[in-house]
Amino acid sequence: MLNARTPEGPLEEKWRHYRSTAKLVSSANRGKLHVIVVGTGLAGSSLAASLGEMGYRVTCFCFQDTARRAHSVAAQGGVNACKNYKNDGDTIFRMFYDTIKGGDFRSREANVYRLAECSANLIDQAVAQGVPFAREYSGYLSNRSFGGVQVSRTFYARGQTGQQLLLGAYQALMRQVAAGTVMLFPRHEMLDLVVIDGKARGVIVRDMDSGAIERHGGHAVVLATGGFGKIYYLSTLAMGCNGSAIWRAHRRGAFFANPSWTQIHPTCLPQSGDYQSKLTLMSESLRNDGRIWVPKKQADDRAPNDIPELDRDYYLERRYPAFGNLSPRDISSRAAKERIDAGFGIGPLKNAVYLDFSRAIREQGKPKIEEKYGNLFRMYQKITGVDAYREPMRISPAAHFSMGGLWVDYELMTTIPGLYALGEANFADHGANRLGANSLLQACVDGYFIAPSTLPNYLANEIKSGPVAVEHPAFVEGETTVRRQLEHLMGIQGNLPADYFHKMLGLILYDKCGLSRSQAGLKEAIVEIDSLRTQFYADLLIPGGANLNSELEKAGRVADYLELGELMCYDALTRNESCGAHFREEYQTPDGEALRNDQDFAFTSAWEWAGAGREPILHKEPLVFECVTPAVRSYK
Amino acid sequence: MRIQLKIWRQENRATPGQLANYDLTDVNPDMSFLEMLDTLNERLVRQRERPVEFDHDCREGICGQCGVMINGRAHGPLPNTTTCQLHMRSFKDGDIIYVEPFRATAFPVKCDLKVDRSAFDRIIQAGGFTSASTGGAPEANSMLIGHDVAEAAFDAAACIGCGACVATCKNSSAALFTAAKITHLALLPQGKIESRQRVRRMVRQMDTEGFGHCSNTEACQVECPQQISVLHIARMNWEYNRALF
Repeated sequence: MLNARTPEGPLEEKWRHYRSTAKLVSSANRGKLHVIVVGTGLAGSSLAASLGEMGYRVTCFCFQDTARRAHSVAAQGGVNACKNYKNDGDTIFRMFYDTIKGGDFRSREANVYRLAECSANLIDQAVAQGVPFAREYSGYLSNRSFGGVQVSRTFYARGQTGQQLLLGAYQALMRQVAAGTVMLFPRHEMLDLVVIDGKARGVIVRDMDSGAIERHGGHAVVLATGGFGKIYYLSTLAMGCNGSAIWRAHRRGAFFANPSWTQIHPTCLPQSGDYQSKLTLMSESLRNDGRIWVPKKQADDRAPNDIPELDRDYYLERRYPAFGNLSPRDISSRAAKERIDAGFGIGPLKNAVYLDFSRAIREQGKPKIEEKYGNLFRMYQKITGVDAYREPMRISPAAHFSMGGLWVDYELMTTIPGLYALGEANFADHGANRLGANSLLQACVDGYFIAPSTLPNYLANEIKSGPVAVEHPAFVEGETTVRRQLEHLMGIQGNLPADYFHKMLGLILYDKCGLSRSQAGLKEAIVEIDSLRTQFYADLLIPGGANLNSELEKAGRVADYLELGELMCYDALTRNESCGAHFREEYQTPDGEALRNDQDFAFTSAWEWAGAGREPILHKEPLVFECVTPAVRSYK
Repeated sequence: MRIQLKIWRQENRATPGQLANYDLTDVNPDMSFLEMLDTLNERLVRQRERPVEFDHDCREGICGQCGVMINGRAHGPLPNTTTCQLHMRSFKDGDIIYVEPFRATAFPVKCDLKVDRSAFDRIIQAGGFTSASTGGAPEANSMLIGHDVAEAAFDAAACIGCGACVATCKNSSAALFTAAKITHLALLPQGKIESRQRVRRMVRQMDTEGFGHCSNTEACQVECPQQISVLHIARMNWEYNRALF
């Protein structure tokens, strides 16, 4: 049985108790200890900077050309923190409860409580770094409400909260690079984890500019490599986002938790052609004033403004009168898919729904709407060429956030001692559905506050181990494995580019392991992915050499996706219930809502790699609720 | 749409490059410029040719990784727009489009359209931060910052580090990039205390990297995707002069 090693004691005492009793490393010894951090988004940058400040030696990698471009930059809306500045009754417990409920009671109580507990401190830290959060005219910090909770706890910096938080962390990281405590390697991609005597001891990386394969050793390895929603090909993620670092760690023994739980975001721009490379996210805040509808008649080809009120179906307002257009993401996305699948979709590909501002413009006036959403309307016009002040936006759901990731215990350590996973790369805090403005928070809290407190508890036992020698046979074996794989991929010389396979995999996953899943569909998907993988290894084509070569980078990532995609299907297949983002068609109420089964499925699925071609092995971490009682999530 | 492309191809830093011709006959006006390049690359791969290397990542205008010269303009014909947010409807059927890397001594070409912008990181390392270590921060509302000051700081902080300002400048100056960070931090009380040291170090690093001087043509402001104002350069000069005495 998996042990999360959650500290004893009452919920509100656990973190304080842990910090008071965890082992420390004295400042004189920290320079002898070396930590490898992969990824420079909010979690990776903040951890690397914090460890450097403390005096540890840190080596840090990212695949982007500079650390500041990690995909944390793209988060628009805000970051939640429990400050109760609005005096609206916010407490740590309330924030904890909202997050647990939002996750459909599928997350670990102690972790979620700690997230809420550390949130206030993050705002202090970011302000000290110079993050320009929105302010009132009095000079005090401003808040807004977000994602259907009853309090205003979201801090924001216009529509660039992620960018500004990341610049704060990046600048802290740059300060440590200049101080010589952190060695930073941009344009380096981790291709394997090195495990010696059961402990994580280093990584094999590829310099993406020169093609050189390098070995790097350390006393602990931290993966902060983000989510893998790009596995669907069309997603809100950056083109380079990938699951390779965590997948290769999984193949070396780290368990993978809840892989099939992907948040599908309801307000994205629909696909307009087969050349399309991404689905741009439009901030969820648009749903505060926009009304979502489809025509009441199937395949109604009239222009939206020609469809009279009587012929429109405001399906969210109809189905969820209490929350209406502000229903949570999983519910809104599923309702859109239901209408599209039933033949009511709109747009040239019949794959979208309308988001209509005409009433808001009539009632509040165009200048008010412009003030609130001007930048989003401009962005919409830039991409689609359509003026959303005159006709409704077309939106559709798109893959967005991975709630699943490497399984970690309370200390954020994976099942491999010395290997940690932070931020979106782990599975810890969001259960089966993430609340808006909680992703920036989790990445920052993991990197600034949690890992810097839990890593020393492990490193304290490593003071005497001395420098890690990269001549060890495990490093040789790791490097050989990586070289063989690259040569293998280059040597196939078939007829199809890596993107072809990625797009095909995306189609299978959207269809059978996306917004809704069924036993029959998932079984088919496993067979289809298996045959796609066979075709990949027979017909992949990579032109060019082993130096700078984007096609080679893509091929390695797709090879991993083709394994991870199959694991997602196994995960969805074994969970015979519906919860959060996971909707199994066989498990729904008569009116089509998710039917959770707490009796049999109140656990985290943690999968063990059994070897290529073998079925993965399921382990379960029971979820024990001591402070909350799981209830039906109703938004009616 | 039919589009004729003339794209800069260069194997690596050491070898000379040249323009190569490509003819695309089936371009959809709704494609983004980068998706048009994707389409070209897919064709090249299927013909077993080396595809065109270009930088890109988020494709929503915020990461700052994309950026090429399109018909001689940084990020193409639209003002204040990243390359990824440019769509083919901005061009006409039959157009000839020249695509080249951002050119500057401090941005050496790595391959085709990819350039090395690590000089920007080193400018930030020289002082583009507040020395606030994790853990020691005071309560956020203990430091009041006026709404207008916070907004002005944000205007400067919005820089995405794409390098279009350098590419478009006839002197290849990084003044706008450097000034934006200096202003962002100098305006805020938490950054003010280190501002003298910061401006001297960052300007020295900017010069060391081989960027040219600003001669106030204001071309940078026209191309900047975040519409960073050249007034920040004036503030940088003011901060610099103040720091000398």
